[in-house]
Amino acid sequence: MHDIAIHVTGLKKSFKTTTVLKGVDLTVRRGEIFALLGANGAGKTTLVKILSTLAKQDSGSAKVHGFDVLDEPERVRQSISLTGQFAAVDEILTGRENLVMIAKLRHLADSRRIVDDLLQRFDLTDAADRRVSTYSGGMRRRLDIAMSLVGKPNIIFLDEPTTGLDPEGRLEVWKMVKELSSTGTTVFLTTQYLEEAEQLADRIAILHEGTIITNGTLAELKKLFPPAKVEYVEKQPTLEDIFLAIIGKKEEK
Amino acid sequence: MEAIRKHSFSDMGIMLGRSMRHIFRSMDTIITVTITPIAMMLLFVYVFGGAIQTGMDNYVNYLLPGILLIAIASGIAYTAYRLFMDMQSGIFERFHSMPIAHSAALWGHVLTSLVSNAISVVVIILVALVMGFRSAAPIVSWLAVAGILALFTLALTWLAVIAGLSAKSVDGAGAFSYPLIFLPFISSAFVPTESMPPVVRAFADNQPVTSIVEAIRSLLASEPVGNDIWIALAWCVGISIVAYFFAMRVYKRKTA
Repeated sequence: MHDIAIHVTGLKKSFKTTTVLKGVDLTVRRGEIFALLGANGAGKTTLVKILSTLAKQDSGSAKVHGFDVLDEPERVRQSISLTGQFAAVDEILTGRENLVMIAKLRHLADSRRIVDDLLQRFDLTDAADRRVSTYSGGMRRRLDIAMSLVGKPNIIFLDEPTTGLDPEGRLEVWKMVKELSSTGTTVFLTTQYLEEAEQLADRIAILHEGTIITNGTLAELKKLFPPAKVEYVEKQPTLEDIFLAIIGKKEEK
Repeated sequence: MEAIRKHSFSDMGIMLGRSMRHIFRSMDTIITVTITPIAMMLLFVYVFGGAIQTGMDNYVNYLLPGILLIAIASGIAYTAYRLFMDMQSGIFERFHSMPIAHSAALWGHVLTSLVSNAISVVVIILVALVMGFRSAAPIVSWLAVAGILALFTLALTWLAVIAGLSAKSVDGAGAFSYPLIFLPFISSAFVPTESMPPVVRAFADNQPVTSIVEAIRSLLASEPVGNDIWIALAWCVGISIVAYFFAMRVYKRKTA
């Protein structure tokens, strides 16, 4: 049991007339990056809300860090951190004030040092004393994730962390998620981008119409499909490759 | 749970600190809240006042309590607005997924509402002093006035919480305050109710603003307050309790 971070069985949830989750089962191991892949409206956010104690399931059970989300929500909250779909940062405060606020709410001693470290790590030191309303989308997302790391939670939920970011911002977030995982934090992330799951995740589950239709490592998932065929195609650079190449050159100058 | 309980006051303090920063960094909200009541005060004192017979020599003294209530009624629209913005931005979800008292985020807004309205009230009283408002009331009476105004703010704040939590748009969040701003006009705030036609007078005499205005006016004029103060307190406490009950129900429903 010690290596299990999240364990969900038979989870069901409906809103009025629509059934969003129709019996979800999944297991996330400690320290891995777990990607929940699904289209818009598949129920990803609902599942994250239940796991982070923001919503209650109709039936089924969910254990996070060994604690049942219904019976011991306070203990669950002590073990997790949530980065929601929209950057949950305070626009009127500065980046530093946002982090200090969270550090104080988590009652950490030495919050100043913790905040300085995070600002440095997320490349926000220069912008630390500016109001967040002046930040770019990528900076906001970085601050958002930095706020989730205050107090070193065991499990972090990232609900569509790169939706709405430009390619550069997306790469930054990917790099951060990889770093996070290397420090032993369990990362549960939802995404609608196949590429993101492929790039980051140790294991991938696909949520479709309220149930997990498949679950495994990328290699395992690949085995489910017909073997790869060898084709010779001229590889054109994608627009993203071009964009990043140009931006990269500009920054070198 | 023990450890969490112990912190709920300091959590509330942190939340209050956060929203107070919001207020001080957008002083325009204080200006917006106070400018209309001040303009009304100028208009009534220097334009209409000469034609109004109140039985009091100093019309500013007569008018001030009603103006303060109008300022509070428009001030709480910002409470609803700030709450609505927090619900929208997802920062409430962050707080609620953290190991802190669930109510801390909400109480932060309530306390902020009390503090920011108190600032508006002080600003308006200072302007009134310049315009000739005078009171020889003892400190105890002033404290009683402060208490009534705080209770009135609290009552309207809980109404604002309901509006802020259940609104679907920014405009909707603030719209509920318009009827509240008009209540003082159909009360004894500007003219004595004796001059009104019977039906209007019956409404004016029995709605909360009249008793609150009369109680504050008597306290500031060092006159006997009579029953008005008890009726005023009953209204404020009654509205607070009912609105608090509904606000908490909406809050629980919205945040599961």
